[in-house]
Amino acid sequence: MPSLPWFLSPEPSGDASAMKQLVIDFQKCDAGRNCNHECEMECAIKVFKVDDPAQAALQIKAYEDGGGHAILCDQCGDCVVVCPTEALKRNKLGVVMIDKKVCVGCYMCIGFCEKEAFMRNSDWITPHKCTSCGVCVKVCPHGALSIVDVPEPPVRII
Amino acid sequence: MSQLVFDPSKVMNIDYTKRTEYLDGLEAIKAAHKVLKEITYTPSLPDKGYTNRTLYVNVDTLEIQEKPVTQAMKDFFIGGRGFGLYHLWNAVKPTTRWNDPENEIIISPGPVSGMTQYAGTGKSLVVSLSPQTDIPIDSNVGGFYGPLLKFSGFDALELQGKSDKDVILFIDGQKGIIRIEEAPTDPVDSHVLAEILTHMYAENEADLPNISVVSTGAAAEHSLIGMLNFSFYDRRRKCVRFKQAGRGGIGTVFRNKRIRALVVRGPKVAGDMNHPVDPETIAKTGVKYHKEIRENDGTQCMMRRNGTAHIVEIMDAYDLLPVHNFQYGSHPDTHKIDSSYWQQRCTQHTVDGCWYGCSMACAKGADGLVLKTGPYAGDMVTVDGPEYENAAGLGSNCGVFDPDYLLELNFYCDTYGICTITYGTLTAFVMECYQRGILNKERTGGLELTWGNAEADLEMMHQMARGEGFGKIAGMGVKKMKEHFIANGWGDPQLINDIGMENKGLEYSQYMSKESLAQQGGYALTNKGPQHDEAWLIFMDMVNKQLPTFEDKAEALYYFPLFRTWFGLNGFCKLPWNDVVPANNSEQPEAHKVPEHVQNYVDLFSATTGIKITKEDLIVQSAKVYNFQRVFNIRMGKGLRLHDAAPYRSLGPVTKEEYESRAERYDQQIVSEMGLDPKGKTTEEKMALHREWRTGRFSKLMDSVYTRRGWTLDGVPTLERLRELGLDAFPEVVEVVKQHL
Ligand code: SF4
Ligand code: SF4
Ligand code: SF4
Ligand code: SF4
Repeated sequence: MPSLPWFLSPEPSGDASAMKQLVIDFQKCDAGRNCNHECEMECAIKVFKVDDPAQAALQIKAYEDGGGHAILCDQCGDCVVVCPTEALKRNKLGVVMIDKKVCVGCYMCIGFCEKEAFMRNSDWITPHKCTSCGVCVKVCPHGALSIVDVPEPPVRII
Repeated sequence: MSQLVFDPSKVMNIDYTKRTEYLDGLEAIKAAHKVLKEITYTPSLPDKGYTNRTLYVNVDTLEIQEKPVTQAMKDFFIGGRGFGLYHLWNAVKPTTRWNDPENEIIISPGPVSGMTQYAGTGKSLVVSLSPQTDIPIDSNVGGFYGPLLKFSGFDALELQGKSDKDVILFIDGQKGIIRIEEAPTDPVDSHVLAEILTHMYAENEADLPNISVVSTGAAAEHSLIGMLNFSFYDRRRKCVRFKQAGRGGIGTVFRNKRIRALVVRGPKVAGDMNHPVDPETIAKTGVKYHKEIRENDGTQCMMRRNGTAHIVEIMDAYDLLPVHNFQYGSHPDTHKIDSSYWQQRCTQHTVDGCWYGCSMACAKGADGLVLKTGPYAGDMVTVDGPEYENAAGLGSNCGVFDPDYLLELNFYCDTYGICTITYGTLTAFVMECYQRGILNKERTGGLELTWGNAEADLEMMHQMARGEGFGKIAGMGVKKMKEHFIANGWGDPQLINDIGMENKGLEYSQYMSKESLAQQGGYALTNKGPQHDEAWLIFMDMVNKQLPTFEDKAEALYYFPLFRTWFGLNGFCKLPWNDVVPANNSEQPEAHKVPEHVQNYVDLFSATTGIKITKEDLIVQSAKVYNFQRVFNIRMGKGLRLHDAAPYRSLGPVTKEEYESRAERYDQQIVSEMGLDPKGKTTEEKMALHREWRTGRFSKLMDSVYTRRGWTLDGVPTLERLRELGLDAFPEVVEVVKQHL
């Protein structure tokens, strides 16, 4: 395989061998049918200091047919590529973090996130996203969520 | 035509952070600056898009004055180009010419400008009396100056007077200081000057994006085709980049006033600085649009990969790419400069919007170019683009198909401060004159300006920058060159007039209008001269075939110039309107208007200003300013039917070679359009038939368009139309018109 051009290699700031990623196991999560969306509530309150699960960085949706779907950030880094101000950067754990002081509220990160995981609260001018902090993991009554170490994906041209 | 597929592995491995630095002389240059005048003021942020004051600066008397923005100004002129024309009208007399001290340069961003959530919302409009056309010119430009000017407290900046020394106007919107400084030793060319000034006025590295510089270069001083570079700081490349207010010679006016640069230091930008009435609607509309770009751009225009150069191969395939001074519409070497090349040559892994929030991101950059000629030979530079206009104008229209030379021409146009479109068209004219013997080595002072001779082309540009030789003659533009060549008896006057592609004194931009009646009108029946800002109809007409009948074309020449004027009133860019469209656009009624996007614009305006408008109101807002500008032209001695005349090259085949290159099409038209039989007729006879038919058809189009616009057949807005638009509130406007009714 030809080696990737330098600009497509993982960002030197991140550790290519380990990136913290939130994952969900739908064998265990039943999409909120037998819980109270504790994960969303805890994320909203503890991480974003709002009493509204709709502002959580993860969203669990139940399908009519019994299955479910989770909106989760997998720290893919697409939003880092499109951000015009470099407000988005990976931290030492490979997690994409927003610097609100630099952000200009353009919401390109939201529009370009294929997982629809970049969130916006109407009361704030800067958007917000998952920090892979694991707060939600601890409160899930079914143990469906976990934080895993995965390799940091290569940078994509978006 | 097959859709181009982007292959990231083919992108050239060029380090976009590397280039020659020019900061060495900074301290000495700064030490030589002398404060001529300094005032303090209270910075303010806009409310509902307006700061409600403008700034007047006279560089001769050093007067600095704040003026209120009245409700009537907002109601009638909206902002941007409207404010520019309003101030210019009040500043000049019918006898004023571009180099009189009372001529102004007005920069105004418009109420929506500075929004960060939607693509293409950072434009400002520059208005002045043009040295090329003697009427108002307006130019829609990106870069950060306009938004930062507004966030420093001003809806417009009026520059008047002529200084006797080189000056810089510095507006510090963080500290509330306005200063006029003498700048005796500053570098002349934009890429050096703007880099130095950006670092000089920024207080630290984090402050660099808050600085924007307006400047021009050496060639603006010695020609009539000077443009203005509006800078923005590219954080990833760590360099100063530019967007250009190109057309009509505003850079020449700037240097005539001895302004070296305008520098603004704005506050740190955030998402709500316009204080819109309805941020939620703006946020939702913005996110929806960004998604559309993500989903559709890759299969539609690929603006994020190629910028506007994506249409080079489409124009070539449809026989519409200008080749050899608009003679032909395609060339076998086009593949060397088409978008499959540019997407490999331009840096792709970066963010290329000319204002925050532009997800269309067409401001591509070619990094790592090592210059071969001129005063910066050997330097490594980043070049803008090239945009379609540059690939076509500097490239195919002059027969230059070497991409490195094309980039070098583009670079020097930018840093020397001349319009690439104008330079391309005037060089194409010069080269055709050379090929036809109207010019020769003796007349050009040794420059061998044959098709594709990029070195001679570059040398002509360097001469223009030095104010020497044939370059200085070329810098007068096509109109004055035609007069000069004819006066010297260098060729057949009719041929020279037919092939010199200008109207009202402005050079044509880079589309072959010969086979598109709609674009012939789109170019010639304009307020400011032939450009594609008012009516870019060629794609609709020839590629998408959305204007099949004569009536459709005439209607498009009513609607689109007004629709597109509106972008300039508000500080919008035009590209996000139709360079990507919703996936279901073609199923919509009036698909060519992109109805969903029109609604976006209506919503964004209403959500910013709190003034509820409909899509019909939008057209009325534009019509007021558009008709005001038409009357302004008449006031300055132009703006009538005779000034809308088109050079024959833009309407049909001037020469035998042109006819024969498309003989089948032209012969067929003799049958279908004229009801005659081409058999047995000589090419000359057939050309004469075409000339009669084509000029007649164009004249008929003028009649229809003028009537639809509410103008007399001489192109004068009627009193009834003025009344309908409320323009009768301006007695001076009515007076101008009355003399022509
Ligand atoms: S992840 Fe856990 S808490 Fe969240 S919806 Fe599923 S089961 Fe409920
Ligand atoms: S927010 Fe979206 S684009 Fe950004 S890292 Fe998470 S999943 Fe990727
Ligand atoms: S909203 Fe902020 S974080 Fe998101 S892309 Fe824009 S500047 Fe970057
Ligand atoms: S990992 Fe933290 S930020 Fe992400 S969804 Fe869970 S609680 Fe929210």
